[in-house]
Amino acid sequence: MSDLMTNPPIEQMKPPRRTVGVTGWLRENLFNTWFNSVLTLLTLYGIWLLFVPLVRWAFVDSLWFSSAEACRDIEGACWSIIPANVSFIFFGFFPDGQQWRPLLTMLLLFALVFYSKDSKHWKRSLVIYWTLGLIVMATLMYGGVFGMPVVETAQWSGFPLTLMLSLFGMVFAYPLGVLLALGRRSRLPAIKSLCVVYIELIRGVPLISLLFMSSVMFPLFLPEGVTIDKVLRAQAAIILFTAAYIAEVVRGGLQAIPRGQYEAADSLGLGYGKTMRLIILPQALKIVIPPSVGILISAFKDTSLVVIIALYDVLKTTQVTLSNPQWMGFSREAYLFLALLYFICCYLMSSYSRKLEKDLHTGH
Amino acid sequence: MSEQSHSPQESAEHPIIEVIDMHKWYGDFHVLKDISLQVQNGERIVICGPSGSGKSTLIRCINRLEEHQKGRIIVDGTELTNDIKNIEKVRAEVGMVFQHFNLFPHLTILENLTLGPIWVRKTAKKDAEEAAMRYLEKVKIAEQAKKFPGQLSGGQQQRVAIARSLCMNPKVMLFDEPTSALDPEMIKEVLDVMIDLAEEGMTMLVVTHEMGFAKSVADRVMFMDEGQIVEQNNPHDFFDNPQHERTKLFLSQIL
Repeated sequence: MSDLMTNPPIEQMKPPRRTVGVTGWLRENLFNTWFNSVLTLLTLYGIWLLFVPLVRWAFVDSLWFSSAEACRDIEGACWSIIPANVSFIFFGFFPDGQQWRPLLTMLLLFALVFYSKDSKHWKRSLVIYWTLGLIVMATLMYGGVFGMPVVETAQWSGFPLTLMLSLFGMVFAYPLGVLLALGRRSRLPAIKSLCVVYIELIRGVPLISLLFMSSVMFPLFLPEGVTIDKVLRAQAAIILFTAAYIAEVVRGGLQAIPRGQYEAADSLGLGYGKTMRLIILPQALKIVIPPSVGILISAFKDTSLVVIIALYDVLKTTQVTLSNPQWMGFSREAYLFLALLYFICCYLMSSYSRKLEKDLHTGH
Repeated sequence: MSEQSHSPQESAEHPIIEVIDMHKWYGDFHVLKDISLQVQNGERIVICGPSGSGKSTLIRCINRLEEHQKGRIIVDGTELTNDIKNIEKVRAEVGMVFQHFNLFPHLTILENLTLGPIWVRKTAKKDAEEAAMRYLEKVKIAEQAKKFPGQLSGGQQQRVAIARSLCMNPKVMLFDEPTSALDPEMIKEVLDVMIDLAEEGMTMLVVTHEMGFAKSVADRVMFMDEGQIVEQNNPHDFFDNPQHERTKLFLSQIL
């Protein structure tokens, strides 16, 4: 356009650089007035006061691979509690000598999750891999074939239990939540009211009470002789609970899709199912990635509530370790380790969701 | 490009669109009053009128984006009733171009074009893509096939939207103010595509304020006001010799 103007064109210029190097940045942001300089120095001193004892406790005066007795004589952290009890913390009551099975299961699970991360792999074959993977994992955990002794689900505990409850919670709660969201927006009054009642009922009740109901009340309604596995019941409670929250988030996404998208799909002759599957849901679900990951993260952390129905997730196995007289009193170290474990999982989820948002962005 | 028999007199078979004594209400508001309309195969009709006159609503009734409450609408021998199968059948035969394009932002241009043929017409993907590329070339935008709608200008998006409708091989095309949301310099590129289409004999119903387009392309110009068809005539007589006071007033304001 500029070549149409009579004025000579102005050469392209680089935007002005606001800062010059590190010192420039420091001067501009931390030491620009005498007051800010004082504040900066005070803050640095505060950090120093906190940081030095912490580092000394955690790294300098600490023991990493020692007996419990050796830990009694030191000032620092006794990280030895983790390696000394690692098999119980991670695998709980899974029989000794068989613990390679949950370990292998977890590795397989990580491999599958890692493979599924890439949106290039989202094809029909992924479903097959997951189905095969699940069969292998279930066989590994339960045993009974290839000379592996049977391990009842009551003995499944520790980190594999946490992972299982949360992963399947997410995988099944998400589609259920989407169906509920679609149902709530349905024009058929029966479906609509059913979904509204379900969502509001579940959201009005804490997860703990659902877990109680699934473990204590639900068996009372079953005919005699019929039992449903306890882990399965807890899993179902988590799925039903999470789905209600997902449903409301997805409904928000559906409402954000302009009417024109429905009209364009209608005018091509796509029916309701295809319109939803091909046009509306892909856009709506992309919009709701941040809030749904929020729900999934909190669902992951909520799995620790299964202790109240006597399932031993990784939090409970850690607590049991701490009640061992030999290791009593090292709860700070144990809980810090646990916090780190939970943090890593949650952080991976949230950073993956950011990547996914970027991948799915199509410039509008 | 050859001059085919577009004029309504020559193709005397039954009309492709027939609207008989049709009424529509939004709540208590009577938007369309006793509309009767016949469109012959190959006919090009431009509908104009002040905003709120019901012209968009009328063409949206023809593919049932809006429901009529009284009277009958028959498209290509299929009557529009509550039967969802009939509605989908009619929609597949009737293409529609919207004021705000309504492309699917999460799909590439090519995917936007092949979606209908693949999922509604059950065309093989390869054939659908070949056809889509032909139509993209026709609207002069083939080089953008791999881009997403958000990366295109308004005029380009509207041309893609036209191509998307054409991929379904429609018997009728409905245009709902196709140039109203465009910057002035992009209006011409869209109108050029529409003129090409008209010359090929497509049956078109166009709601627009582009009177130049109406003069040069339309077989019939229709003026609507307050939910009624006030006057319709060939463009020559319509513009030079309007019969009704309301038509005269409208033309004096717009021309």
